[in-house]
Amino acid sequence: MKTKGRDLRRRMFFDRLFKGSVIVLSSVCMLPMFFILFFIMKNGISVINWEFLTALPKPMGEAGGGISNALAGTLILILIACLISVPLGVFAGIYLSEYRKVRFTYFSRLSLEVLQGIPSIVIGIIAYVWIVVPMGAFSALSGGIALGIMMLPVIVMSTEETLKLIPDSLKEASLALGVPYPRTILKVILPAGLSGIVTGIIIGIARIGGETAPLLFTAFGSPFMGLNIFKPVSALPLVVFNYATSPYPEWHALAWGASFVLIAFILFLNMLAKLVTRRWKVQF
Amino acid sequence: MSVSGRMETGAGMISRTAGTGKSLSRDAAMVYSGAVRGSRNLVSEAAFRRLLRLVGVAVLLLLVAILASLFVASMPAIARNGFAFLTGTVWDPVAARFGSLPFLVGTLMTSFLALLISLVFSLAVSIFLGEYFRRGIASSLMKTVVELLAGIPSVIYGFWALFFLVPAVRFVETKTGIIPYGVGILAAALVLSIMIIPYSASLAREVIGLVPADLKEAAFSLGATRFEVIRKVVLPYARSGLVAGVLLSLGRALGETMAVTMVIGNSNMLPKDIFGPANTMASIIANEFSEATGAVYMASLIEIALVLFIVTAVINIIGKIVIMKMSVET
Repeated sequence: MKTKGRDLRRRMFFDRLFKGSVIVLSSVCMLPMFFILFFIMKNGISVINWEFLTALPKPMGEAGGGISNALAGTLILILIACLISVPLGVFAGIYLSEYRKVRFTYFSRLSLEVLQGIPSIVIGIIAYVWIVVPMGAFSALSGGIALGIMMLPVIVMSTEETLKLIPDSLKEASLALGVPYPRTILKVILPAGLSGIVTGIIIGIARIGGETAPLLFTAFGSPFMGLNIFKPVSALPLVVFNYATSPYPEWHALAWGASFVLIAFILFLNMLAKLVTRRWKVQF
Repeated sequence: MSVSGRMETGAGMISRTAGTGKSLSRDAAMVYSGAVRGSRNLVSEAAFRRLLRLVGVAVLLLLVAILASLFVASMPAIARNGFAFLTGTVWDPVAARFGSLPFLVGTLMTSFLALLISLVFSLAVSIFLGEYFRRGIASSLMKTVVELLAGIPSVIYGFWALFFLVPAVRFVETKTGIIPYGVGILAAALVLSIMIIPYSASLAREVIGLVPADLKEAAFSLGATRFEVIRKVVLPYARSGLVAGVLLSLGRALGETMAVTMVIGNSNMLPKDIFGPANTMASIIANEFSEATGAVYMASLIEIALVLFIVTAVINIIGKIVIMKMSVET
């Protein structure tokens, strides 16, 4: 009897020990995030002012300078990426959810998973080989295409997941009313899943907004304000990279400021995605 | 971001516009009259279905095209370097010697070290979220933190590591009497491990969530403590999925570029230990691609990308198939 009691106590002890260590280890994981956010807040906020957001970068040696070209460049790149990946991605998502039982769908889905796992630097090389080499110049277009390829799997998967949850009865009702199949999909099923698709697009933008590697030899970066998609453009992450790896403390300060703007942008997108999901929530 | 994206869509995406109910019926009525008149049908069903199938095929073709063009673009290097590309230890573009072994070794060392460091933590987070705190404040706090960590761009991780982690590593190295580089494989592995924790933790949580509740309840009813249930029921059941998760995290770590490039120190020598500077396959491309002069030099860098692509593709295919199988079985 006595050994049994001790055995139970031992087991309870291990149970508590395990729970304690899980909590401690998990909490340790939170530390880096606080460190990073704290660092960026501390060093970034002091740099941010109106001039920083609206001015062009100044040559080395002159004080001040801003990141307006990078902000414009990032917006252009995101726009190009969306123009490519949203239509393609939404249709691929419809394909995956409509042709669930077809054997080929499995390969489509698998290749999307593989596409999502491709290192971003490899995507950059692909855009270089496909666009930069034939056109003979670095360009916003090539950077946007690289980002579009990276964004595609996110959009396809969120579209598919959303459409899967829409009950078949909705589709059947529409078809029974005599609505042709394409119209049923585009006017009944897609609007019903709109919030999920929009969320997917926002999350996709948040994912590519901070990507640097695919832009290194596509968008390349430029100190000028440029809206021409056939010319190199700057982008926020490129600015962070170039300034952060420079040896000058003044440029480091600019990099902290740019990091702050970038993080704020991405956090804003994440919150927006949550808001879209919550606000438009109707249970089927 | 993709991770949180999937979590998002998986759980709560049963939603649509509040106003859709009304516009839906109006649409349907409009469409119905249109269909009867036959004037508002821009595409026929057959054409629409063909378009959908075309897009489905295009996704696969995109992947094939990427592989093919990487292969074609690295042809000059493959023809010239031959097999010595993978075994050569000297990378000297000026002398036109392209041996990528230092980068292969550098990549493997950083990735496995990062995996080793992150393993305990990501398992802890997944058990925290999947077993102990499934809902409530602690759970949503942890989820938010993990999502935030996943959302921070690679370049910002690198920047932070350069100004926080590298000095810290250098400090420790000075104290312990190792040559205080600061930058190097250790620093890269540390920042990499922080970066893959959100990914591997959410994969592991997904897998742990697949363990049937009745199995766990049966163990509880036999008097097992929660620790025993986790150790003897949950983890063994989820084992293949967890291994797949580790594999997928490895795929992530292998290809991570910016943060690693910024803190690894960029040395083209074969790394001797984990403290010195090195280069990974991704970082050598990021460093040298835009300055590569000469067809063979550039093609050699593309060949590295080809190797990276093939390795990550194989890892992803295996990992995803294991997890897909597991979720079908349960």
